[in-house]
Amino acid sequence: MTTPFTLGAVAYDPKVVTIWEGFKTWLETQDFAFDFVLYSNYERQVEGHFRGEYDVAWNSPLAWVQVRRIAEALGRNASGFCMRDTDCDLTSLLVARSDSGIASLQDLRGKTVGVGAPDSPQATLIPLLALQEAGLVLGEDVQVRVFDVLFGKHGDHVGGERDAARALMAGEIDAAAMIDGNHLAFTAEGTLPSGATTIAFQTPQYDHCIFTALDDVDPVVCERFTELLLAQRYDDPIVRPLLDLEGLKQWKPGRLSGFAQLERSVDDLSFSGAQTVRDFIAATIAEHQDGTR
Amino acid sequence: MSAGAVVNLGTLGMDQGAHLLVKRALRALPTGGSLRVLGDAPALQIHLGAWARAQGHGCTALAGACVLTRGNADQGRWHGAERAGGVDPSQDNAVAAHPSSRWGLAARGAKVEAGGPAFHFPLSDKDVVWTDDAARIYAQAAAAQWDPAVAIDWQAEIAHPEEIEDAVVQVMTYLIENEVAALMVPSRFLTQVHPHFREILQVLAIQAADEARHIEVFTRRAKLRRPELGLSTTGGQVSLKTLLDEPDFAMATFLLSVLGEGSFLELLRFLHRHAPDPITRQVAKLSAQDEARHVAFGMAHLCRHASLDPSLTGRFAQAVQRRHAELQHSAGLNEEVFDALILLAAGSWEPADIAMGWERVQELKASMDHGRQVRLRRLGFEPERAAELSALHTRNFM
Ligand SMILES: [Fe+2]
Repeated sequence: MTTPFTLGAVAYDPKVVTIWEGFKTWLETQDFAFDFVLYSNYERQVEGHFRGEYDVAWNSPLAWVQVRRIAEALGRNASGFCMRDTDCDLTSLLVARSDSGIASLQDLRGKTVGVGAPDSPQATLIPLLALQEAGLVLGEDVQVRVFDVLFGKHGDHVGGERDAARALMAGEIDAAAMIDGNHLAFTAEGTLPSGATTIAFQTPQYDHCIFTALDDVDPVVCERFTELLLAQRYDDPIVRPLLDLEGLKQWKPGRLSGFAQLERSVDDLSFSGAQTVRDFIAATIAEHQDGTR
Repeated sequence: MSAGAVVNLGTLGMDQGAHLLVKRALRALPTGGSLRVLGDAPALQIHLGAWARAQGHGCTALAGACVLTRGNADQGRWHGAERAGGVDPSQDNAVAAHPSSRWGLAARGAKVEAGGPAFHFPLSDKDVVWTDDAARIYAQAAAAQWDPAVAIDWQAEIAHPEEIEDAVVQVMTYLIENEVAALMVPSRFLTQVHPHFREILQVLAIQAADEARHIEVFTRRAKLRRPELGLSTTGGQVSLKTLLDEPDFAMATFLLSVLGEGSFLELLRFLHRHAPDPITRQVAKLSAQDEARHVAFGMAHLCRHASLDPSLTGRFAQAVQRRHAELQHSAGLNEEVFDALILLAAGSWEPADIAMGWERVQELKASMDHGRQVRLRRLGFEPERAAELSALHTRNFM
């Protein structure tokens, strides 16, 4: 191979450099030439994918939905071929104070819900979809307060969820949205005192990040890349620190069954973050259709 | 799934430490085994699901309880882990000949996860650093630590003439700078020794603490009657600098402990016997006790090293000759110190007393030479060679 197989990834944290440099070094020991390009946000990464700036993307679930929709509109094919064990079967929670009497979505009528970044699937889009699908009109029946103004990182940074949790305990909001594991983490670290909160609602399960390819990828090389990932073992001391940093024990073949809630939120959610996503998808489709015309 | 294992957490939540009970129950199962988790804590199922996902275990809700399926990531972490020798050095193979750089700072005897960072410890050969006596020497040293504030009667009377006090202050000034060398040389090597050789680290550390205390008591003695200290000479510092510049652990130990501190020990005993006041005699006595241990440790690991490496004594001889060549154009022991020792031992300006003081300093030099020869012979030198090399030792004593 003259050109290394190249990954696109979003630099949501400085450790991202450490992670992919580590993978690069390890893949070289497997005779697999690999490189990566980093983007500061997922929208740049998605655009880059359609411009052919790299071979495969390490996508947030929302970036996957964006790529899938743009590809479909352009008559191209996108595939999600690999994910982490920890990307499967997540749920999000709407958490209230124990003494609030809030025990269901309907109890949030007339209340304020704190969410994460406007484009966070887990801390914003999927929990808000649940409220909307329960018949509550966002901004009318329930007020939404956004706790992370950063757009483009798709909620990869946990900060917004923690800020919402703090605001919940400070009485500034009536419920906070967060991923299930963060409720455990925030309680263990004391942000949410043990016993002080109750779970008003748990979403159905959904999936998270996924490696994404478009139909221009070399299938043989991509297949080899996937094989190498799936063969990484947690009991290998060289690989283990990389898996620990990336937060998994084992790579799994990609599955596309866990994005239904997010797809619906991109279709239907009456919320500014979802509208921005729709606008981005439409603009990217239009740009490429103009280019091919 | 068989009826199998069950753990009941009662009201304990995963945010309150219940994961300890869950982990314990999972450890008893084979990979793929099922564990029913019962409990009444709020959000228990949600927390169990999130926890299991992060830990690499499966989790399904069944009939009101969570059923975990044991993954193998926790075992995977310890795959290839290695026991870093044994904690008790008297057991066979407890102390490795060449401990792995990846054992790093782990306690000797700990089980070390594979894949850790490689540390660079230049002194990681057992042959170069080890002695079975180290644990005993450390225990002795720890038991023999003394508090300068209470071990010495700082109120004792000083009755000698002013010029004798000047001589005492000059000798203290000289002792302090030598003690600084005795502090810095082993301290530099301490950080190079592989921590696997725990007892060696401990001996070097407590040796540094001894020297810190010696610096303290000699300084305090010098200040009792004088606002200023005495003289520091180029010749003395050139001699000590050769000790600090010696990069090899065995050579530095040989020059410092066997030859230098060995001679220094005689000097402290001399001061204990002949100093004109009880305070000086006390500080010399207590410091000499510590110094004797330092010499014993140096001798112990160098004797072992020399028995394993026949080339070592030859290198010792070269080190003495090289240092002699470097120092032969320097003054060595400064006249001020030498004269101060005579005066201090004389105790007065009476010619008969001066004669006695001079005689005592001659005896001191002879006993230093004798001690060096004894130690050189124990390291394996023939008597004639030992006498030759002892004669080449620095005139600065250390
Ligand atoms: Fe000393």
